[in-house]
Amino acid sequence: MKKYISKRILVSIATLLFILLVLFILMDLMPGSPFNDEKLSEAQIAVLYTKYGLDKPVAVRFFLYIKNMLSGDLGVSYSINKNFAISQMVKERLGISILVGAMAMGFGTVFGLILGIVSALKHNSWIDNFCSAISVIGVSVPSYVCAMLLAYFIAFKFKLFPILYNKSMPIFSLILPALALSVSPMANIARFTRSEMIDVLSSDYISLVQSMGIKDYKMIITHAMRNTLIPVITVMGPILINLLTGSSVIEKIFGIPGIGSLMINGIQQNDYNVTIACAFVYSVMYIIMMLIVDILYGVIDPRIRISKEEN
Amino acid sequence: MSVYNERDFHEDDFLYAHESGKKIIDKSYKATSYLKDVLSNFKRNKGAIIGFVIIVIVILMAFIGPSMNEHTYKSIIHGHECLTPRIPFLEKLGIFDGSYHGQNYYAAKGASDYYYWFGADTQGRDIWTRVWLGTRVSLVIAFSAVVIDICFGMVYGLISGFFGGIIDIVMQRIAEILNGIPTLVVVTLLGLVLPAGMVSIIFALMITGWIPMERIARAQVMKVKEQEYVLASRTLGASRLSIIFQEILPNIFGQVIITSMLSIPSAIFLEAYLSFLGLGVPAPLASLGSLVSDGYKSMTTFPHILAVPVVIMSLLMLSFNLFADGLRDAFDPKQLNK
Amino acid sequence: METVKKEKKDRVLSIRNLNISFKTAYGVVKAIRGVRLDLFKGETIAIVGESGSGKSVTVKTILGILDSNGIIDDGSIIFNYTDENGEKQSVDLVQMSQKEIRYQFCGKRIAMVFQDPMTSLDPTMTVGKQIMQPMIYHLNLSKKEAKLKAIELLDEVGIDQPEKRFKQYPHELSGGMRQRVVIAIALSCNPEILICDEPTTALDVTIQAKILELIKSIQKKNNISVIYITHDLGVVAKVADYVAVMYAGRIIEKGNINEIFYDPRHPYTWGLLSSMPDTDTKSRRLFTIPGSPPNLLEKIKGDAFAVRNPYALNIDFKEEPPMYDVGGQHRVASWLCDPRAPKAEIPVDLKERIEKMKKEATVYE
Repeated sequence: MKKYISKRILVSIATLLFILLVLFILMDLMPGSPFNDEKLSEAQIAVLYTKYGLDKPVAVRFFLYIKNMLSGDLGVSYSINKNFAISQMVKERLGISILVGAMAMGFGTVFGLILGIVSALKHNSWIDNFCSAISVIGVSVPSYVCAMLLAYFIAFKFKLFPILYNKSMPIFSLILPALALSVSPMANIARFTRSEMIDVLSSDYISLVQSMGIKDYKMIITHAMRNTLIPVITVMGPILINLLTGSSVIEKIFGIPGIGSLMINGIQQNDYNVTIACAFVYSVMYIIMMLIVDILYGVIDPRIRISKEEN
Repeated sequence: MSVYNERDFHEDDFLYAHESGKKIIDKSYKATSYLKDVLSNFKRNKGAIIGFVIIVIVILMAFIGPSMNEHTYKSIIHGHECLTPRIPFLEKLGIFDGSYHGQNYYAAKGASDYYYWFGADTQGRDIWTRVWLGTRVSLVIAFSAVVIDICFGMVYGLISGFFGGIIDIVMQRIAEILNGIPTLVVVTLLGLVLPAGMVSIIFALMITGWIPMERIARAQVMKVKEQEYVLASRTLGASRLSIIFQEILPNIFGQVIITSMLSIPSAIFLEAYLSFLGLGVPAPLASLGSLVSDGYKSMTTFPHILAVPVVIMSLLMLSFNLFADGLRDAFDPKQLNK
Repeated sequence: METVKKEKKDRVLSIRNLNISFKTAYGVVKAIRGVRLDLFKGETIAIVGESGSGKSVTVKTILGILDSNGIIDDGSIIFNYTDENGEKQSVDLVQMSQKEIRYQFCGKRIAMVFQDPMTSLDPTMTVGKQIMQPMIYHLNLSKKEAKLKAIELLDEVGIDQPEKRFKQYPHELSGGMRQRVVIAIALSCNPEILICDEPTTALDVTIQAKILELIKSIQKKNNISVIYITHDLGVVAKVADYVAVMYAGRIIEKGNINEIFYDPRHPYTWGLLSSMPDTDTKSRRLFTIPGSPPNLLEKIKGDAFAVRNPYALNIDFKEEPPMYDVGGQHRVASWLCDPRAPKAEIPVDLKERIEKMKKEATVYE
């Protein structure tokens, strides 16, 4: 188990370094980045020189870059908020993005699991077909389309929820965007849970439990769930990640001041620092989430937990 | 004992069958080929068939749609902005007659001779033409990205698996690291750096999509490597290349097709996402994503501009998912043996 | 081998005219076509047949784990048992739903040992917990009591270091040990009927004998009735008191072990016995029955085995043979047993083999 965890951590670190390398190269290439902008004043250039060691060899520059990024100094904004520390901007917005993400993941997981389990139990009945239809639609319709639809019908036409983020009622005004964001993970989790559970329910050990006269509901809770959830957890990682993809657009649509909309602003206003900083933040979040999921998986599945120990 | 004494028995009932020259034919199960089994399995899945049909229709329309009426994708007629859909035969029934909030703007704008089957957008362009063109663009992008992914992924996986050893370890580590980078980040950064245009988008899409392919290819290579007939072929002097093609390719065929079918909706989605960020295809070219992005701006005032590309994009993605699901079930060994 | 003396009042299971069919995507498959069988207390029955003969389906119905697309068209399965108050009860399992059978009888009165020990145990639960579960559930034991009994059971089934194994997970045990655990689970609530579905097929030959002996000793100790499902006649020879040979959903020959092994009458049984490899097999080729089992989707005219039967009579293609009583407990479903039929002779090789077996048996008695 320890071997497993340490291997995962090593790979994560390698990935992070690799990403930083890519971002570093990009910074160098982009016109208008602090590394080679002509319009900077003397004082600013001097500051940059000390921070990034612009006159030192590439390797040292890279090293300094890593040091800066990892210690939280993400550079300054160029056009959105001139010379404003990006790390400050990120700090303000990180909380909201995480909140929306968590709500979406919560809705998605709960409803997804329920849909999946119900479908599997009533395998091949009309309930199953109905739930599967919902899942397929959920997977196919992109999250921002859902967001647009929800925004249009529920917020605009029926006026049930506010159309834009409102600071005075943070949770309430985030429900609609979280729902829009949750459609895709919900559908994915539902489909996966369903297929895993159907496999589990037709397995020999379930037959054995049934042949020992254990009532069905008890069998499901004690045996089927555990064996189904283990693989589902492994899928949650990538699903969480895909949440990121949709979140930026959703933040834009609903006017939520999160990291996603910051990144979109950065792109649209050519503020490369901001874009790269946001990309970095996303990458870090992604890597941490993947690591957590991997470790969780190792802990829960006794086959991994124990066989590794015996090694 | 037996009630059968009362039954009418024939004279030769109790004679050996083979003596009477009776032909004994052993009717057993009909032998069917693998592909036939897969096909019949697939046909049972109604959703998959619907998906397939829709895909075919959409692809067809993407080819012929843009030339079906007199507008081109960039023809702008001023004064025709934001006209609602007007379809020749259906307008007599009272729907799609170009009216908007009760008023017929076609007449007001002097466009009584014109028909915009899906309406016109904010710049006076025909949505029907643009949407089918956009579909074509999106599909080309998606298919190209997926095909490149398949080729690259398979080759990568084949090399990694076939040679094994340190080559395999290094290649796998590289793949693992690349896998850890969120696709979103990669796609966005590439979109920033590369010049706008279809090629850049295809490039951005294919960057991470090859990894599942290479996994499949490599797993299969490892499996086949162990098997004895490959050893036998080698001792007979068959070149390594022919081994690869004959033994390995047919086995991964099914899985590769399924994975690629599933990647197409994600490619379409990613392309749309890029468009939304403004990093998509340059105007006046259209893709489904850019149409959605444009339409969004007029969502509350002229919903039809948004509705058309959204419906088509969702339909497309839905169909590919259904089709891919159907394929996956069709190839499923558990269901094949029935 | 002694034949068990049977008395009508010791009859535990009584299956009459059982007909089961399955709805599949390709049509209706008649899997069981009129099965009649009895099981007596303390007796071991072996149901023998090729894959697809219907042996598993029959016992699955008794247990209530028949697949959901299976329908019992006709027949009855009378189960006689003694309830908690010591009173004799008799119930027709066919009249109950599969669920009811499971909830009322499985584990407590009827239990099953499955074929593949590698997949029969829940990989996420310790072995001990899996044994304890039915005991806590059915016998209302406390966790402590259940744990003690479970360790006792582990010991009884021949697993060394039972306290240590109790805490282990299935993947830490070998195939043979896992099968013993499965047996322990099955016996945990003292069932009256134990059904073993090819319990040794997935195991090494060396372990096979041990498992069979284990089941036999437990059976003697607790006076359990055992049904073995198998295609392996070697297993049958070791354990069975009574044998039923199935083909295409029907029992085509049944009798006690001596009658079947020393005096087989049905050509299919001849084929089965001949195909058992022997160290003395003189002919260089292994005997197999040519052809393959019939497609049960189609209605079968006459005897299902006729097509592959070199001894088939013309009537075998027109009419299905009834069950003929050929003496003792021996019943055969073949037109060859009709007085009007020609006298069919057992193949020579088989006859020699049987003579040899008889001689060896007298040596050991």
